[in-house]
Amino acid sequence: MGVQTPGTRPMTPPAPSTVSRRRPRGALLRAAIRTPRGGVGLALTVLVVVFAFVGPLLAPYSPNGLATVQFAHPSGRYVLGGDFLGRDVLSRVMAGGEVMLIMAAAATAIGIVAGALAGMAAAYLRGWPDGLIMRAVDVILAFPQIVFALMLLAMVGPKLWLIVLAVGLSHAPQVARVVRSATLDVSERDFVKMAELQGMRPIRVMRTEILPNLVSPLMVEIGLRLTYSIVITAGLAFLGFGQPPPAASWGTMINENRVGLALNPWAVIVPAALIALLTIGTNTLTDAFARVAIGVDRRPEEAALLDDLNTETAA
Amino acid sequence: MRHGRTAIPAARTSPETAGRLEVQGLTVALRGPGTEVVSDVSLSVPAGQVLGLVGESGSGKTTVALALLGHARRGLQITAGQVRIDGTDLLALNKAGLRAIRGATVSYVAQDPLSALNPALRIGTQLREILAAHPAAASDPGARMAEVLHEVSLEGGPELLRRYPHQLSGGQQQRVCLAMAFACRPSLIVLDEPTTGLDVTTQRHVLDTVRSLCASHSVAAVYVSHDLAVVSGLAAQVAVMYAGRIVEIGPATRLFQEPLHPYTRRLIAAVPSPDHAYKLAGIDGQQPGPGQRQDACSFARRCSLAVSECSAATPRLIEVNGRMVRCIRATDAKPGQVPRPPLLQPALGRPELPLLAVRRLSAAYGPARVLHEVAFEVPRESCLAVVGESGSGKTTLARCICGLHRNWTGEIALRALPLPSGTRHRSKEMLRTVQYIFQNPYTSLNPRKTIGQIMLGQLGLFWDIRSRERSERVVRVLEDVSLSAEYLDRYPDQLSGGERQRVAIARALVVEPDLLVCDEVTSALDVSVQATIVELLRRLQAERHLTLIFVTHNLALIRSIAQSAVVLRGGHVVESGPVAHILEHPSDPYTARLAGDVPRLIAGRPGSSQGGERPVGDFPETDTPQYSLPHCGKQVSPADLHPRADDARGMGA
Repeated sequence: MGVQTPGTRPMTPPAPSTVSRRRPRGALLRAAIRTPRGGVGLALTVLVVVFAFVGPLLAPYSPNGLATVQFAHPSGRYVLGGDFLGRDVLSRVMAGGEVMLIMAAAATAIGIVAGALAGMAAAYLRGWPDGLIMRAVDVILAFPQIVFALMLLAMVGPKLWLIVLAVGLSHAPQVARVVRSATLDVSERDFVKMAELQGMRPIRVMRTEILPNLVSPLMVEIGLRLTYSIVITAGLAFLGFGQPPPAASWGTMINENRVGLALNPWAVIVPAALIALLTIGTNTLTDAFARVAIGVDRRPEEAALLDDLNTETAA
Repeated sequence: MRHGRTAIPAARTSPETAGRLEVQGLTVALRGPGTEVVSDVSLSVPAGQVLGLVGESGSGKTTVALALLGHARRGLQITAGQVRIDGTDLLALNKAGLRAIRGATVSYVAQDPLSALNPALRIGTQLREILAAHPAAASDPGARMAEVLHEVSLEGGPELLRRYPHQLSGGQQQRVCLAMAFACRPSLIVLDEPTTGLDVTTQRHVLDTVRSLCASHSVAAVYVSHDLAVVSGLAAQVAVMYAGRIVEIGPATRLFQEPLHPYTRRLIAAVPSPDHAYKLAGIDGQQPGPGQRQDACSFARRCSLAVSECSAATPRLIEVNGRMVRCIRATDAKPGQVPRPPLLQPALGRPELPLLAVRRLSAAYGPARVLHEVAFEVPRESCLAVVGESGSGKTTLARCICGLHRNWTGEIALRALPLPSGTRHRSKEMLRTVQYIFQNPYTSLNPRKTIGQIMLGQLGLFWDIRSRERSERVVRVLEDVSLSAEYLDRYPDQLSGGERQRVAIARALVVEPDLLVCDEVTSALDVSVQATIVELLRRLQAERHLTLIFVTHNLALIRSIAQSAVVLRGGHVVESGPVAHILEHPSDPYTARLAGDVPRLIAGRPGSSQGGERPVGDFPETDTPQYSLPHCGKQVSPADLHPRADDARGMGA
C-alpha cells in the first residue's frame, strides 16, 4: 500500500492482464493446462491432431480407391461404411485432416503476424499511420470473413496457397484491433517512455519493449484465430474451395456425402464431429489460458508468494 | 444522534467499560495452506476516537481493516477472533446479517476515491443508494443527504449531486466517499489510507473533517496509514503493525514521545520534517512475508538491539507504561531515543557555473498553458527541489527538461548549450547526460526483462563495449545502489518497491549522467523506504558529483536532500532560493500554506481525551522531534470546514 502523488492515477498493484506476472517462459501456459478446463482442451486438441497426422500412415485402404458399394452400411471390413462413390469412409477420414490442419495453421500464422504488426504500428505511431491502418481494417471488417475469403478466391481461382492467404488476411483485422488496444495500454507505461528518452528508434521500441508485453493477448488471439481458421478452411472445402476432388478432406466429405445421410450417416457425422472436437479443444484451451492470464483462475498473491518461497528453498 | 437505527440487537456493553469497537485475537490466514497473514490482533476503540493503524506495505494493515467489516480478500479467510461493534460479533453473522450491518453500522472509505465511486452514476444517485439500502438509518433520506453533505463541506446543492465522479476534484471525490460512509450514522468507520492520493492541503481538510465528524457523532474510527505523521495529528491511539502482528499499541502522545519498540523508533526516524534538516534513517532489510515468519521476533533480523533470545520465540505483548509492546527488550532499552542526526548541507555548489539554466520557459498541453515564463538555474553538483501542489506544472517542467514534453518555448540550456525540444532532436550525448527517474517503479521497469537485460540494454544504447566489461560495470552500479549481482537474473515483479526504485536509479546511473531528474521518486514508496532512497540519492550525488532536480509535493522531504528550491503555483514560479530560507521565511503565502499543511509528527492530539494530559509545546528538550502545529490547537467545527476561496488558515497566522 504505497503512496502516490496528488493528481496522478492510483498507485499500482501489480498490473493486470497485458503486463502480467512474469515467470519463466511458458509458465502461464503450463498453469493453464493444469486447470481442468485447460486439461480437457489440450486432450481434445492433441487427440484430433495426432489422429490427423498419424491417420494417413495407418489407413487400412487407399482413401481414393473404390472399395465397396455407394453409401454402404458399416460392416466388419469397412468400419464406417462407404461414401458416395463407394470409397472406404474410415480411410478417407484418417487421410482427410492433415492438409486442412496445415492450411489452418499457416493461415493463422499469416493472420497473427500481419495483424500484430499493423495493430502495434497503429497504436504506437499514432497520427496518420494509425488512421490509415485502422480505416483499412474497418473496410475489411465490413465483409464477413468467409465472404471476404470467397471474394479473393473468386478473383484468382481456388489455389491452396491462395486459400491460406485469403483466410489469413481475413483474420488480420480482428487481430490488429486486439493488438492495437493492448499496445495502447502498454505504450503508456513509463518503461516505454524511458526507452524513448534514451533515443531508441520506434521499431526497436516496439520490438524490444512492447512486443514482449503482448505475449498474453497474442497467445489468446492465436488460439482463437486457429479455431476460426479450422472452421473457415473446412467451410471453404465444403463449398468446393479446397483440395481438388479425389483428395479427402473433412470439409469436402461433409458436402459430398450429405445426399446419402439417410443411408450411411457416418460419412457425414464423423468428419463433422472431428472438426467440432478440434475446435472445441482449441477454444477451451485458449479460454483456459486467457483465464489464467487475466487472473480469473489465478490464486491470490499471497499463495503465489508461498510458491516462490517453496521453489526457492527447493532449488 | 443515534436515532432510527434498528440493525443492532440490544446486547450492548456500556461504552464506558468497553470500546465501541472491540477486536480480540483476530487472525487471518491463507485458504488452503493456512499460513497466517495476520496473527492475533486485539484492539479497542471507544466512541468518538480514532485509532491509527500504522505499518509498511505487507504488514497486514489493510487485511485487518477489511476484517473489521467481516471481509477477507480472495484466497484469505478469517480463522479466529472476534470483531465486536457495540457488542455484536461481526464474524458470527451470516451473509444477510453482514449485509445489513455493512454501510449502516460499519462503513469503509477506500484509498482511491475514483475507483471507489461508480463512474457511470451521478453523485446523488450513489448517495441515495446507500440510504435506500438501509432504510432504517434515516427517516428522511433527503434531509440526511443534505446534512451529510454539509458536514463534509460539500456545498453546491442539487447541481453537485447531478455531477459524475470524474467531474469532481480528488478532494471532492474523497469527500463524497466520506459523506457516503457517514450517511447512515455508523458506529465504526474504517478508513484505508484515504488521503494518500491527495495534496497536503486537501489532505489536511479531509483529516480535519474526519476528526470532527468522529467526535461529533461519537463514531469509532480506524485510520490505516503507512505515514506516522498523518496519523499523529488525528489519532488518540496508535497501533503499529509489523509482519502481521501488532508490535506496539498505546496512546498516541506517549507512543510518539517515547516509542518503546525498536521498529516504532525506526519508523519515527524515517519521517522527514519541514522544520529541521535531518539525516533520514531508513530501515535496511525487508519485512518477512507470510510463510517466512518463524517463531521468533520478526523484527530481530533488522533490529540493532537484537540479542539471541529475540530469535527464541515470538515475544508476547507486554504492558509497559500504559502501552502494549511486543519486544523483550522494551524495558531494558532506554526509551524515547530516536536518533535524528542533523544534516549539514554542503554549501551551494558553484552558483556562477550553472549546469542547467532555464529561461522564460512556457509549456502547453494543447490550448492549456501549464507553465508561464519559468526561469531558474541549477548550480553544478547541487540539488534543486521543484515543489508545488498537483497541477502546479512541476512534472511538466521535469518532462520539458528531459525531452518527454515537446510543446514548449523559451530556453533550456545545459552547460550553456541550448537543448532542443523532444528527444528526437537531441544528440546521443545530450540524452545520456540528462537521465530521468520516474515516479512509479512499478511501471518504469519492463516486466518482461530481467534486471540484467534492462541494465545491459541501457548501457548498450550509448557505448559499444565488450560484454565482459559491460556486465562488470552493471554489477558495480548495482552495488552502488546497495543491490548485488544476484539481482541480475531477477524480474522486476520479484522485487519490492524500494528495490525497483533502486534498479531504476541504477539504470540511470549506469550511463554516467551529469543531471538526474527525479520525478516524485519516493511518492509511491513507504516512508521507511523513502528515507533509504533519499539517503541513497544524497550519497550518490556527493560520490558521483551529480546535479539533481528533485521534483516533489512533499515539502518536508526537500530539507533532507535539496540545497535550493523552486516553488511552483499554477505554472508560475512564486518563490525560489535556498531551502532553509524558503521553509523558514516564506515570502509567499502559498509557500507558507504548503509548508503549514505538511503533516508533522506531534506528540499529542488536541481534542482527544488524552489531549489534555500534556499540552503541546510543554515537552522537555530531547532529541525526539516535537513540533506544535498552529492549526491543530483547536477543535474544528463543521463551520470551519467550508471551502474558502482563499484559504489562509494554514499559514500559521
